[in-house]
This record gives sequence, C-alpha cells and structure tokens, in this order.
Amino acid sequence: MSNNQHSEKGMGFIIGASSVGTLIEWYDFYIFGMLATIISKQFFPEDSGTSALLSTLAIFAAGFIVRPFGALVFGRLGDLIGRKYTFLLTLILMGGSTFAIGLVPGFKTIGWAAPIIVLVLRLVQGLALGGEYGGAATYVAEHAPPHRRGYWTSWIQTTATLGLFLALGIIILIREGQGVEKFSSEWGGWRYPFWISLLLVFISIIIRMKMTESPMFAKVKAEGKTSVNPLKESFGHRANFKMVLLALFGAVMGQGVIWYTGQFYAQSFIENICRVNFIESRNILLVAILFATPFFVVFGALSDKIGRKWIMLIGMLLGIFAYRPIYKSFIEWTDPANKRELVDASKTTVSPATGSMDALNKKKMLVTTIYDTVYTDGAKFTFTKVDTIHFLTDYTGATASIGYVLTGKVNSGLSDTIVVKAKANEGSQLAEGITYAVSEYKSVKQGVVIDKSLDKVTYWKIIMLLFVQVIFVTMVYGPMAAFLVELFPTKIRYTSMSLPYHIGNGVFGGLVPFLGTLIVEFTKTTENPAGDPLAGLWYPIGIAALSFIIGAIYLHNKIDNNVMD
Amino acid sequence: MNQIKKMLGIVWMLLAPVIVAFLAWQAFEKISQAGTLTRSNVMLQWVIILIIFIPICIGLLIFGYYSFKGYYDHLPESNAEITDY
Repeated sequence: MSNNQHSEKGMGFIIGASSVGTLIEWYDFYIFGMLATIISKQFFPEDSGTSALLSTLAIFAAGFIVRPFGALVFGRLGDLIGRKYTFLLTLILMGGSTFAIGLVPGFKTIGWAAPIIVLVLRLVQGLALGGEYGGAATYVAEHAPPHRRGYWTSWIQTTATLGLFLALGIIILIREGQGVEKFSSEWGGWRYPFWISLLLVFISIIIRMKMTESPMFAKVKAEGKTSVNPLKESFGHRANFKMVLLALFGAVMGQGVIWYTGQFYAQSFIENICRVNFIESRNILLVAILFATPFFVVFGALSDKIGRKWIMLIGMLLGIFAYRPIYKSFIEWTDPANKRELVDASKTTVSPATGSMDALNKKKMLVTTIYDTVYTDGAKFTFTKVDTIHFLTDYTGATASIGYVLTGKVNSGLSDTIVVKAKANEGSQLAEGITYAVSEYKSVKQGVVIDKSLDKVTYWKIIMLLFVQVIFVTMVYGPMAAFLVELFPTKIRYTSMSLPYHIGNGVFGGLVPFLGTLIVEFTKTTENPAGDPLAGLWYPIGIAALSFIIGAIYLHNKIDNNVMD
Repeated sequence: MNQIKKMLGIVWMLLAPVIVAFLAWQAFEKISQAGTLTRSNVMLQWVIILIIFIPICIGLLIFGYYSFKGYYDHLPESNAEITDY
C-alpha cells in the first residue's frame, strides 16, 4: 500500500495506537522524577537526608543517560525485525519495570537491596524509552502522506508533554485524596501511580496487537532490502553518520534543552527558588501545558507548509533571549520585599517558639518561630525565623526526638535566664523545666521564606510566562519527528534517528535540572551565600545558541516528499 | 556559505577539546574543594559528567572535521545518496 493512501480514519487509528503507548511510556518515566523526594526517603537510610535525595536524582538521571543505549539496541531490532514487534517489546519492558518499582519494599525492610533493585529497574525504563520514541515516530511517518507528515507526526510529539501532565495529575489527585502522611508512608499512595501503569500498559498492548507492520518496512523486507547490520550502516559510513551528527548538533541538542527548561526546570525553579508550594507549582505547570499542548499540532502542520527548519530554530532563538527576563520575573513577582499589599494582621499567625539543641555544642540552642503572613491580596507567605541562644552551661536534658518549648523572658546579656521544658513525644505533657543562664542571644532581623501560596494575579501571570515557554517547546518539538524521519533511509531509519534524539533529549535535556542547579552552586560565595539563581540558565542558553548557529548554517529547509527509498 | 562552513569546522574542532579541558579543570577544582564527607559524591558527579561529555565532544570534533573537509557542502537529496556505499 502506498503511504499516501491512508484515510483520515486509518491515520487516526495509527496515531492512536502509537501515541497511547508512547504517552504511557512517558508517564512511567516521569512519575519517578515527580516522586523523587518520597522515593529517597523510602529507599535510602532514614538519616541520610540530602545525600539520599541526590542519590535518587542520580538514579533518575541514570534513566536519561541510558536512553541512547536503548536507542541503539531497539533501533537495531526495529530495523531488523520490524517496527511493530519492537514496539510491543519496549512497552512490555517499560510497563513491567514501572510496576515492579511500585512493589519494591523500602530500605527499612530489605536494606541496601532496595536502592539497588530500584536502580536496575530505572535503567530498564531508560532502555525501553530509548527504543520507544524512534519507533513511534518512524511508524507514523511511514504511514503518513508526505504533505501531511508534520501534522500527523506532531500528534506523537504531544505525548511527552501529555505523559508529564498525566503523571502530575494522578500524583496530585492521589496525594490530595489520601493526605500527605498516608501518601508518603512505606506502602502509601505514592506507589499507586506505579501500579496504575500496568493497567494502562495492558490496554496499550491490546491496541498495539491490532497494528500492522509499517508498509515501508514491509516493502523493504519483501524486496530483501533490509539492513543486515543497521548499526554499522548508521554509524560506520560517513554518508549517514554525518547526518546523525548534524541532526544532533544542529537540531536535537537545542530542542532537548528548550524542552526540559520550559517544563521540568521551570517547575523546579518555581518550587525551589521561588519557594512556591508543592501543589501550586505543579498546578501552574499543568495549566500551562493544558493550554499550550495543541500548538504541537499547529506547528507540526505549519511545518508541512513552510518547512521544519526555521520553526525549530526560531523556537530556540526565542528561548535564548527570553529565558533570563522570564525567570527574573518569577523571582521578582514572588519576592516578599516587592509585596506592596498590606499584611492582613487578622489572618497572620505566629507559632509558639520551639527549640532544638545544636548537635555538637551543648551550650547552643536554636529557637524556631514560624510566621504565616497573609496579605490583603490573598497571598500567604510562611517565614521561619531561627534565633540562637548561648547558655553559660551545657544543656543536660535529653535531646533526641524530643520537642522543646521555650518559656521565660529573653533579651540579651548575662543576667537573663530562660526556662527550657522538654516533652517526650507529641501529645505528652511538658516535663518540669530547667533554668539556664544566657551568655548570648542572637536574633535575626528577618525570617526566611519557606513556603508561598500566591495571590491570584501573580499565579496567572506566572502561568502565562510558563505557557510562553511551553510554546517555545511546541515550536522546537512539533516538527521534530518529521524532520528526523526525512533525514534517513527506511532500512536504517529507526537506528539512525533514535540515537541523536535520545542523546539530545536524554543527555543534553535530561541534565538541565542537574547542571542548572550545579552552576547556581558555583556562584555561591561567603559574601553571597544564595548565589545567582539565574546562573543555571546559561547552560540551556549556551547549548541552544550553539545548536541554533549550526542549524541555521548547515541545515536546509527542504521537505523530503519521498521517504519510501 | 561553504567557506563559512569550512572556517566553522576549525572552530568546532577547537571547541571540542576546550570543552573537555574546561570540564576536567572544573572537576579537579571542585573535587579538591569538597569536604571529606562530600568528596565521594562530588567525585562521582564529575566522573559521570566527564564520561558523558567526552564522547559527545569527540562527536563534535568529527563534525568539525567533516565540516572543514566540505562534506556538508552538499546535503543528500535522496536516500540513495546515503546508502550507495
């Protein structure tokens, strides 16, 4: 069958069968990252804190880094045995490994076996994803009529963002339904998204079993023209290898950083730098994605008329110039120093001060007070203020897992005393207090914001800027599948397009959060302990700029009407 | 335009080792500055970064070489140009 004779209805089934599985694979991949904080607590020793989170993020990153290997393994398989069966294999591997992550007992139960098993399963996820996208894009493109290839393949391009949307939505729903504590317990609701995956995968397998093989591949196979060694033909011959390099450096590298900056990094920045709370930071991303997703199809269709190259490159260029002003606005709009609205004193609460002893210095107590400050525009900022009290003598009461309540008057100077009362655990009565003489009392002038709930105007302004960033994403990513398919011949297409795609996205894009955070750390000094929060943007800006230059000079803007050769 | 590609080929060939050298220097500096408790974590991070980016920089070097030699002066018009070895 010629590839331009598929009816709209026929293409609808082809798109649906490819997209559903791809969307689920993206969902499986993203729930891990979304739940990183909980996963770090469950699968690593309880007291390892930040190192556990870093290790979890490293496991998350491992899934990205291994994608190019999956591209090689499954790309080769897809060019040898066909698209359909390779598809099914990647789906089964992804679904199985995701479901299995949800079954792994916590560190408390099986010790270090827990994180090791999770790492192995995460690597399987990465391998499977490495094989999925190239197959889906190739499969759809090989069915689509040439003058509509951009339009039809752009539906596949929506699946990564929709998978992110689905992951966010399901996690928020379960968390809100169960409550934070139950959700975060060892066998709590955080496992449900992993288990739900199996049902989604099962449905997708049934749909994909009804798929026929790609007509182009079937033709190539019938004529005995399949590749005997797709890896060697893809990367061992200059004529094709030069196109693999051009696709990576001139297109996918830039697309990858724009994709991850506009979605993952943006949400992480809003939550961790601007300190907007967990639910709001994710809702902001959800709403922006919801409104921007149709533009994948808009730009995919537009690329059929005016070519793929300049749509993608303009998306990169817009990101290069717009990122710093956008993120600067995020910081300014959420900075308490810029709030002009009066504090609504009637709704502002101050928690009782609680104390904790310094782990090494028994004369030093930290006193924490939490202020929930409500503004007249409805915003609520939570500040924590930590003062320091030095005693003349060592504190001799118990220290572990005990709450302290500070009573008595404290000013400064040697004549003051405080009374420290301990309570054994939550709900118990305060024990008799012990009096300590104070040698020094240091009170900080201002609290540090630890959580923000935004007013409506700021909330929607941030959504608007995030929407703009996702539009850049749709520009660089919408035409990408058609662009990559048109670069390579049928018999090595699956292999050739998968590798640059997964290096560009998995490596360059996947490392945006990690490298962005690392660069900000580099800017921290004694004089400026907070560092420059915008410094992390130089990584995606630099990579996108390099990709733009290479793409602008080296790529042509022609659409290949015949990909059947 | 082909002359620009030739000159840029030299730029890419020079950029690749510069990036590797920069990353290696940063790795050395950051690992040296790290405290005893965090050194192994910092070392692991930088080893991973180097393992990932060295092959990519080799790819950039090859890309630059191809550009300098003029292999991108003409892009294939059909897949036959790619598969006729």
